[in-house]
Amino acid sequence: MSLNHNLNLKFSSMHRLQWEEAQQKEVILYPEGMVELNQSSAEILKLCDGSRQLAQIVDELEHKFQTTGLEKDIINFLEDALKNGWIQQS
Amino acid sequence: MAGFNKANITPPRWLLAELTYSCPLQCPYCANPLDYSHYKQELSTDDWKRVLIQARKMGAVQLGLSGGEPLVRKDLEEIVKHARELGYYSNLITSAYGLDESRIIALKEAGLDHIQVSIQASSEELSDYLAGTKSFTHKKQVAHLVKKHGYPMVLCVVIHRKNIEQMPQILTMAEELGADYLELANTQYYGWAHANRDLLLPTKEQFEIAENIAQEFKKKVAGKMKIYYVVPDFHEDRPKACMNGWGTTFLTIAPDGVALPCHSARELPNLNCPNVNDDSIKEIWHNSKAFNFFRGDDWMQEPCRSCDEKEKDFGGCRCQAYLLKGDMFATDPVCSKSPDHHLINQAIDAAKENSLMIDEKPLIFRNRKNSNSY
Repeated sequence: MSLNHNLNLKFSSMHRLQWEEAQQKEVILYPEGMVELNQSSAEILKLCDGSRQLAQIVDELEHKFQTTGLEKDIINFLEDALKNGWIQQS
Repeated sequence: MAGFNKANITPPRWLLAELTYSCPLQCPYCANPLDYSHYKQELSTDDWKRVLIQARKMGAVQLGLSGGEPLVRKDLEEIVKHARELGYYSNLITSAYGLDESRIIALKEAGLDHIQVSIQASSEELSDYLAGTKSFTHKKQVAHLVKKHGYPMVLCVVIHRKNIEQMPQILTMAEELGADYLELANTQYYGWAHANRDLLLPTKEQFEIAENIAQEFKKKVAGKMKIYYVVPDFHEDRPKACMNGWGTTFLTIAPDGVALPCHSARELPNLNCPNVNDDSIKEIWHNSKAFNFFRGDDWMQEPCRSCDEKEKDFGGCRCQAYLLKGDMFATDPVCSKSPDHHLINQAIDAAKENSLMIDEKPLIFRNRKNSNSY
């Protein structure tokens, strides 16, 4: 499955995204496992709430961090996220 | 241990709560101690809540609710609810025996994150025989209900000589049940599995055939089902990095409140494992003799001490060194660099010999009667 730019992206109900105070990090939790996220990955995933497509996520993050040219990195991360089952498209 | 810098102690991430040693099943490879029937005291609901609070405060986030059979505890929902409020990701590790739809719903409402259902084999006859209890059909029904109620469904099958040749059928069963994760757990030889090793340890050929089938399947279901493959360390030439290093990540609390650096550590002599009724989790994790015993590498003997792989596998498993060599400080005999590696080959040969005997000795099932004799 590859990333479809025209579908809404939603964080998977089979995983949990959570701030861990002890680690000072956002993490993804799933059966018997945990992935620690860096800040940019966490920011992307938090926008995957089922109401946004790729272009909106890029716009919002570029606006939030006052920068441009984020699209390629965001696409790369979302493709990994899709492959790992962290997000779904609808 | 002398020389180990306590400032290097990492916080626990994984808390395994063994809620009870009671279990309606009798699996002959159970990881519980052989003498489990001697430990009759169980922590109360409030004790468990206190343990959860203390461990969470230190950074524990993955919670395994196990046993025995955790469903035996009538306060399971209350414990799950408390865990959810504290922010744990809670994993129910169950035989599914006695689990019905109303309890699956109640546990979901309490905040349970996932249910791992174990099935003993792909055929009813063998599964019920290994479980010592008629349970196969019910387990499959529960697996469907777990899916129906939106849990990630983890199917766990413990692999050994009695079922390893069912590997293709086990994989088909996992597909039919719609498992999101399949744990193919090659038996680890502790507790009851150690006592039954001659009857359970497969040959190298059996492992290789089964592993190839599993690897092919893994490619086929990529993106749909994740496979956790617990490696058969008797057929490896390097030991496992047991528990990710002693006292670094894992904390097990036994039903009677004894805190263990791994769920088999109760088998080790003179560790004086502390009890949560006497000390806080923080005190236990940082200052107890048991949790500091194999931290760092000052305890190591040769060949581990000068080995350039000691940071990778931490000398392997202490319980395995003790069970096989009688010396918990020894290099894990699984390692081909170990002077005791022949013990592994002897175990493999003894198991093979046993499998060829006309009158194979009987399995020792895990039950109270058998436990009382240890």
